[in-house]
Amino acid sequence: MPLDGSLQRLRREGHIVVVGASLAGLRAAETLREEGFSGTLTMIGDEPQEPYDRPPLSKQVLLGKVPADHTALPRRRAIDAQWRLGTAATGLDLHAKRVHLSDGSSVEYDRLLITTGVRARPWPNELEADLDGVFVLRTVDDATRLHHRLKAGPRRVLVIGAGFTGSEIASACREQQLPVTVAERGAAPLVGALGAVVGEVAAELQREHGVDLRCGVQVTGLEGDQAGRLRCAHLSDGSTVEADIAVVSLGATRNTEWLAGSGLGAGPRGIACDAGCRAFDVRGIVTDDVFVAGDVARSPHPLFGYQFLSLEHWGNAVAQAEVAAHNMINSSADRRPHVWTPSFWSAQFGVNIKSVGVPPMGEEIIVTQGSLSDRRFTAVYGYRGRVIAAVTFDQAKWLDFYQRQIEQAAPFPPPYPSVDRRPDGMRPVPAGFPDPSLPSHGPTVTLSGHSPADRRVSFTPMRA
Amino acid sequence: MRLVVDLNRCQGYAQCAFLAPDVFTMHGDEALMYDPGPDDAQREHVLRAAEACPVKAITVEAADAAASAQARAGASYAA
Amino acid sequence: MTSVALLHRITDYANRADPYPLYAELRKTPVVQDEAGPYVVSTYWEIKELLHDPRISSDARNLSPDAPRGPAQEEDPNLPPTFLRLDPPEHDRLRGLANRPFGPPHTPRRVHDMRSELGEIVSGLIDGFRDREGGDGIDLVDTFAYPFPVTVICRLLGVPREDEAHFHQWADTIAASLDPVSAEDREARAETTRQARSDLALYLAGLIEERRKSPRDDMLSAMAAGHGPDGQLSPVEMISTAALLLIAGHETTVNLITNGMLTLLRNPDVLKRLRDDPDLAVPLVEELLRYEPPVQLLPQRTTLTDIEIGGTVIPKGASLWLVLASGNRDPQRFPDPDRFIPNRPDNQHLGLGSGIHSCFGAPLARLEAQLALTELVRRLDNPRLLEDPPVYRQNAVLRGPRHLNIAFDGLK
Repeated sequence: MPLDGSLQRLRREGHIVVVGASLAGLRAAETLREEGFSGTLTMIGDEPQEPYDRPPLSKQVLLGKVPADHTALPRRRAIDAQWRLGTAATGLDLHAKRVHLSDGSSVEYDRLLITTGVRARPWPNELEADLDGVFVLRTVDDATRLHHRLKAGPRRVLVIGAGFTGSEIASACREQQLPVTVAERGAAPLVGALGAVVGEVAAELQREHGVDLRCGVQVTGLEGDQAGRLRCAHLSDGSTVEADIAVVSLGATRNTEWLAGSGLGAGPRGIACDAGCRAFDVRGIVTDDVFVAGDVARSPHPLFGYQFLSLEHWGNAVAQAEVAAHNMINSSADRRPHVWTPSFWSAQFGVNIKSVGVPPMGEEIIVTQGSLSDRRFTAVYGYRGRVIAAVTFDQAKWLDFYQRQIEQAAPFPPPYPSVDRRPDGMRPVPAGFPDPSLPSHGPTVTLSGHSPADRRVSFTPMRA
Repeated sequence: MRLVVDLNRCQGYAQCAFLAPDVFTMHGDEALMYDPGPDDAQREHVLRAAEACPVKAITVEAADAAASAQARAGASYAA
Repeated sequence: MTSVALLHRITDYANRADPYPLYAELRKTPVVQDEAGPYVVSTYWEIKELLHDPRISSDARNLSPDAPRGPAQEEDPNLPPTFLRLDPPEHDRLRGLANRPFGPPHTPRRVHDMRSELGEIVSGLIDGFRDREGGDGIDLVDTFAYPFPVTVICRLLGVPREDEAHFHQWADTIAASLDPVSAEDREARAETTRQARSDLALYLAGLIEERRKSPRDDMLSAMAAGHGPDGQLSPVEMISTAALLLIAGHETTVNLITNGMLTLLRNPDVLKRLRDDPDLAVPLVEELLRYEPPVQLLPQRTTLTDIEIGGTVIPKGASLWLVLASGNRDPQRFPDPDRFIPNRPDNQHLGLGSGIHSCFGAPLARLEAQLALTELVRRLDNPRLLEDPPVYRQNAVLRGPRHLNIAFDGLK
């Protein structure tokens, strides 16, 4: 389709600014160049490093098998960009089409892509958070510091929160023979992401590997010694855990504060955008020159009732970045929707955990292959009589089949036999997700209602 | 050199861990761990591993992959 | 729909040299029922889907009683079925135990560390061509493509190469029995096959016992000694697993190498590129696995329930044939599928299967083929085919030339 004059000019000599120089930002930049954008490209990132990959940080890097600075992302092609690394964006002027930066300067754009992602949610008590020995794990610097401290042989590591990151950290500690206590508010590890049935398997896995797992408790306080070093933690059940390292793994916060007052539909749950990755403003009107991708985006998904979906998923960041970049330099008729099926993986305690779909939507779960007690199984989640998600423990080769079942809205419970169906997989049971209105660090997929303006901090999911 | 594995695609066939065992290792039956920034001396093994991946989940830095492809093209033109 | 004598046409020796036009015809109907019963699947996406579908079984016990028995569904009744013919969890257990002494996570370096040994075997075999320089040429199968992988599998397992004369015949007989033929033919050769299976089993049983008493650094010793947290193979499982690996090591890589050399000699520009750039061997072997896969089709799957695929409902208990070689030439998946493009991008071929039953020896087969082809084109001066097409083996499943007669001017 022939491009109109302004689009041609944009492609040839326009200025595209990408705020957020991580996985999504980099892949978007590559796609822009791949698709023929030859104008000016500016990459803005608050971290000083060039784009790097985060998943290895809680695994290979903590294990000391890979230095933290080995994680720079490979380039799929040269992107010929102006890099503004170590410089955070501090504000956005939608009228002047200008991004303000932390060094006082600003950059103008013809098209803006926001890929600012998320950051680790810090320990809420600032004084306690400042104690020596209290960590979060999100950046390469976090990983470097934490790895050094682990190598020094702490007496005990306390992991606060048993979501995926917390569980992976616990796994890396145990592999290095370090004593670990995991404190989790929910009934089991991973309960917010995968529900109590699978969470129970994760709990057994942890205990079997020597983790001192405490569920149904909250850490009420961290206590330091006179030198300001972490000494112990107090738990809501009255107990105390002596530990010189605490890793706070309470999930992530979306990096949208810099957009406050900009008029963009941005809030604690992310930046709302349409299926074409165009950002909504606070009035619910879709913008034409501001696009969003990656962890910070929340976009409606046709498979899940067009609710806005926030995904902290590596694959989503890549796929959405590619769609956003394509749409930024194409006319409306040539734009594509972002309809990626959520997919996720985690490696912990020697087990490969993968999921597709949106498990937290699941009302019931059935083990269709293998058995929970073998820690080698495939389980399917059902929502209103259809398959909504699936999870595998060391059975990834079957997952494609279940992804198709989700995409076809196949009936639940599955009415067909399959290989390796066991007696305990004959009937669905409640999936056991905690009350979704409670704040949770667990889920990596969050459904956040139908409102693009995101004025509500709390929301009611469809199944409530 | 730089590489990344799309672990959503990875299904644990372990071809990479057979062919470049200093870069890719299996953790249990199916979980893959790898060095995203291996030494250049591993290039031959890494490219072999990337090519053998049944789901093409391994991305090697374009420049690193091109070094070999260019040598290839150059050689055939020179001949 | 039903097609008359489809299977007959696939197994018809007249189509052996070039089965691809027949496959192209097949693909017009992605799923088609042969008059003899089996459903034949010939298109890429449908095959791929079925290989990952948990409603598909590899266990012949799930065939409905009136479904036609496939060739491979008859094994030695005295031995347990191999993991090739089992579903999880038995498949996973047996394959996992067989993998312990072979690959990661337990033995990650076994294949990698064989590389220099593979190089020496290849060099030695090519040196052996020396007295044939400029003469009447050689049969590449007998002088190279067969002895190379056989030597490798023997060393890997710990089978003395001197005994080759014995098990060559057994392996050939057993491999031939995997060929789908008419019921009468099968009956006729059943006795020979049974005898070969039982002789091979006896031989392996003796060898395993020997390795148990005085272990060496090989897979049989490890299997005989092995007791991990996941248990160990029972004596009969050990025998059937060892037999499977030995036969697979005999009957597949030979075709990959021979088909490879044949393809290179038919495409001199590609041969020249490989000679100039040995690294090209890596993607080239992947393309070879797509273009001329050594295992053409999988004839031993069955359905656990009615399955709708490609617009056809395959009933429960039906016999399924998945024609990998046809899927590999599917234009819906591979642009310009009948062209051999040695550095073809996005080459997710079906040449080694896909899913839980994908080829156990894949990394070894890849290395062997890469090394063999690189060295053959490097060392043979002006190699050329003496006959084209060559004489093929009878087998339609494990398809490849029986002889590949080539001439060359000299050796480097």
